[in-house]
Amino acid sequence: MLAVTLRGLAARKFRASLTALAVVLGVAMISGTYVLTDTINNGFDTIFTQSYKNADVVVSGKAAFLNTNGNGVETPSFPESLLPKIRALPGVAVAAGSVQSDQVRLLKKDGKVINTGGAPPLGFSVDTKYNQFNPTALTTGDWPRGPGQVVIDNHTASENGYHVGDSIGIESNGPAQDFKITGIAKFVGVNSTGGASFALFEPKTAQKLFNKVGKLDFIRIQSKAGVSKEQLISAINPLLPPSAAVRDVEAQVKEDKKNLGGFIDFLRYALLAFAFVALFVGSFVIANTLSITIAQRTREFATLRTIGASRRQVLWAVVLEALIVGFIASVVGLFLGLGLAKILNKLFVAVGIDLPQGNTVFATRTIIVSLVVGTLITLIASLRPARRATRVPPIAAVREGSVLPVSRWSKYGPVTSLVVLLVAIALVSLGALGSGIATGPRLLALGIGVLLLFIGVSMNAGKIVRPLANVLGWPAREIGGAPGILARDNASRNPARTASTASALMIGLALVTFVAIFGQGLRASFEDAVNKLFIANYAVTSNTAFVPLSASVGHGLVGKPATEVVSPIRAGSAKFLGSVHDVSAVDAQVPQVVHLDWKQGNNSVPGQLGTTGFFSSSKYAKDHHLKLGSPLVVQWPTGQKVTVELRGTYDEPKGGSPFGNAVFSIKLFDANVAQPQDQMVLINSPGGVTDQNTATLENDLQAFPDGKLQTRSEFIKNSEKPINRLLNLLYVLLALSVIVSLFGIVNTLVLTVYERTREIGMLRAVGMTRAQTRMMIRYESIVTALMGAALGIAVGTFLGALIVHALSNQGLVFKFPVLTIIYFVIAAIVVGLLAAIVPARRAARLNVLEALQYE
Amino acid sequence: MSESIAVPAEAAADQVVAGPVVEAHELTRRYGEGDTAVDALRGVNLEVERGKLTAVMGPSGSGKSTLMHILAALDKPTGGYVVLAGTRLGDLNDTQITKLRRKHIGFIFQFFNLLPMLTAEENVLLPLTIAGEKPEDGWFDDLMKTVGLDDRRAHRPAELSGGQQQRVAIARALVSRPTIVFADEPTGNLDSTTSDEILGLLRNSVDSYGQTTMMVTHDAHAAAIADRILFLADGLIVRDMPRAEPSVVIAAMEELSAR
Repeated sequence: MLAVTLRGLAARKFRASLTALAVVLGVAMISGTYVLTDTINNGFDTIFTQSYKNADVVVSGKAAFLNTNGNGVETPSFPESLLPKIRALPGVAVAAGSVQSDQVRLLKKDGKVINTGGAPPLGFSVDTKYNQFNPTALTTGDWPRGPGQVVIDNHTASENGYHVGDSIGIESNGPAQDFKITGIAKFVGVNSTGGASFALFEPKTAQKLFNKVGKLDFIRIQSKAGVSKEQLISAINPLLPPSAAVRDVEAQVKEDKKNLGGFIDFLRYALLAFAFVALFVGSFVIANTLSITIAQRTREFATLRTIGASRRQVLWAVVLEALIVGFIASVVGLFLGLGLAKILNKLFVAVGIDLPQGNTVFATRTIIVSLVVGTLITLIASLRPARRATRVPPIAAVREGSVLPVSRWSKYGPVTSLVVLLVAIALVSLGALGSGIATGPRLLALGIGVLLLFIGVSMNAGKIVRPLANVLGWPAREIGGAPGILARDNASRNPARTASTASALMIGLALVTFVAIFGQGLRASFEDAVNKLFIANYAVTSNTAFVPLSASVGHGLVGKPATEVVSPIRAGSAKFLGSVHDVSAVDAQVPQVVHLDWKQGNNSVPGQLGTTGFFSSSKYAKDHHLKLGSPLVVQWPTGQKVTVELRGTYDEPKGGSPFGNAVFSIKLFDANVAQPQDQMVLINSPGGVTDQNTATLENDLQAFPDGKLQTRSEFIKNSEKPINRLLNLLYVLLALSVIVSLFGIVNTLVLTVYERTREIGMLRAVGMTRAQTRMMIRYESIVTALMGAALGIAVGTFLGALIVHALSNQGLVFKFPVLTIIYFVIAAIVVGLLAAIVPARRAARLNVLEALQYE
Repeated sequence: MSESIAVPAEAAADQVVAGPVVEAHELTRRYGEGDTAVDALRGVNLEVERGKLTAVMGPSGSGKSTLMHILAALDKPTGGYVVLAGTRLGDLNDTQITKLRRKHIGFIFQFFNLLPMLTAEENVLLPLTIAGEKPEDGWFDDLMKTVGLDDRRAHRPAELSGGQQQRVAIARALVSRPTIVFADEPTGNLDSTTSDEILGLLRNSVDSYGQTTMMVTHDAHAAAIADRILFLADGLIVRDMPRAEPSVVIAAMEELSAR
């Protein structure tokens, strides 16, 4: 039986490889995701490990807590006086101090900030006396040895045309300054540091530039021979101030990685979710393709049965075939994933997420998961068709045109499919609208509901194929004449088959439609919030994505002629009520630039916070039972604790606000944060937004190239950009599943052409031209694709409307994105056209005489 | 693949079962229901003798194919029952019928029904492969020589002529030495020269191996090689004739059609 299966596969290579393609892409996505995230992980590992090369133990600043999914937490520095004390310890062979900063913005030759793709612009001190600790290597030139000297990374140098001897502008904690490039260096051991740039300075220069005079961020220590790390650590520990910690290098690398938080894991699971969608679509395609081939092989199975094959042997023959196809496809997908990882990385760079890359990691786990999941999905998808094959009766071997008998369950079919659909709708509605359900079960209900919804719609779709084909086929009939009519009729000839082919495309289109509607709602809500809150004339934000603005920019603008009000909004992290929060700080003028809808208190609250007060959104206060005057113990990253009391609450717009859960005065914030940073600086100008004011402000900002000046309307428009970028990323990732469904249409058409060989021969014999034959197949393909689009857009709109409705308390509004949906329909037509290329060619190429005699 | 239904090797061909190989008792078969119902068989009684070639003849719609399908356990009668190799078919489930088929039944089809991806040899061996058995020493080689395919073993069906394909099909039917071979219009898809060769082969298998064979045909020349010819009309056996010349068979057929 194995031989029969293998030979059968070999004889149907083309069809088998079409089936396989449906699995290949999904598996490639799984393997690509793992390869990419492992490679990024490896990149970070290498960077962190390399940073402490030759050191045995490391003393570093210690933040009181981590904030892994909001504003970063500044690691406090410690006094330089620690270094001589450590050097004096008997077990220490060498100890060297260093400072670093992630706000050393390098400028292009035209004075603009170099874009680091969301990565931090890093700066380090290098002490040539202790070069054994230097993680970088010069590619040309010399190390910086005095003030005004810098070494920059080779990537930045080559991208921006900088050479040794050139002058380069650097902005960090103050107006931009010019430095002379003495050398160019690279980070040892990684292929790419992502977008991150780095600049190296002589220690004293670095301390001054980073605003850390008399302070250190790290001490790297080599022990004397025979002194263990543990001994060294216990000797150093008593010397440390509260803001410093000592660890062996391995522990320090782990600690550094914590700062990445679950980011890489998040990326991995998000991408795996898209892989799962592609595989889900793939399983539809496989099940459909196998059903068709099995129908076509009825006589073969019947003959096997007459010569003694048992039902189980027939079942195994089909399942085995699926296993082999699934396994081979998974192997191909696995290796394709290596390439896909590179494409995914390019995609992320394109949307502004440039991550470090180590050497490509092809882990055993990647191989196992890819192969097992790919093979298993194929196997599961084959079960139903395989069961159908076992129902082929032996007598089919002697009867012409024998069809598969219906299952004894089939009379329950329509009821079952209706029940599945209703259960799906109930689950989805419960998940979206039900009240008092915990997040876990809610997401589970939604997830299972959506899966069932796709299955349910596909089960019921057969019933509407005919009417849909009549509507969608109308243009084909009008434009295409006879081939058009035939195409329409062919599409509705086997409704179950067309429905299940279209269903694969439906899934992808339903998801993109959902994303479009959800995105539209999100945008509307966000726009509304920004519109309500933002009443300043101008905003200055950072040119560096994901990195806040140095507080020096706001300072630099105070008192300039084109400003009436300069009010910064600081952003940071603090810990209170048992968890770490994003927090903000404002000055007394904030009511003039941000409209605050006070619930308790009034516009005088921000000015009266002092060092003992805070205000928060009314929702946060209510959720945490805070009343006016309620005390709150706040811990800052340095470990310092202060007690403040609630002085006011405001109603936050549904779309959110720029403020964290607690808003403090700038005075309190700056007293506890060494390197304060602004999320934005808001400005009112005399006479509002005028060309004159804009020009003057631009001029004032020349010294601060990182500051990006926007008028109110520009700011509102730009604030949508991250949402649009995210939507585009989702579309691209979902396109994968649309491509899988495209292969599904190709499969069905190729098999259909094969099945109708004799009929096509007849059509050609009575005068159909090759061009007409091709057209007939093409129209059928487009009609099928449009059916998928119609179903998908309907399902997607339903899901989108439901979720938007469920989130209406977040300000989401349902608006049908007409233009986007039109693009989707056009995309579906393109999918149909592309899918028809190969099948149409095969149909047109058939030899008429042979086709007529074909049995 | 492992074997799912065990068949004891010694049980296959040489087993002697007392009495007739196949018996049919009051077989009726009705297709459809109500006004549109058609009675294909209306009470057929029959015994097929061991080691003989029996031909079943009759005009289209006489029920000859239906009779064969029911005797071969491909179809079920509406009334009456069949005993094949001592087993009453009506009582068997699918697994038991599959078992019975492996042991007792060989098939030859009008359209050959070979698997296109297998070689001639593999096609012939398929029933044994499926049952997880090996051919007896010498028997398979002997068989391939007998059917004249010794030099065509590695060819695929597409590389063989119609006659050669039917030889493969005959060898496939004989390879497991079944109790009875059913041939459904074995020459229906062949030219007359090739037909003669195939008929010679069938006759030879009965004479040399004592292979009980039942053949449905509408070709008088084919029927003329049989030891016994049954004529069916309107779902009943109307005449039971011993071996006869083609001209006699034709005369009998004409007489039947004229009724």
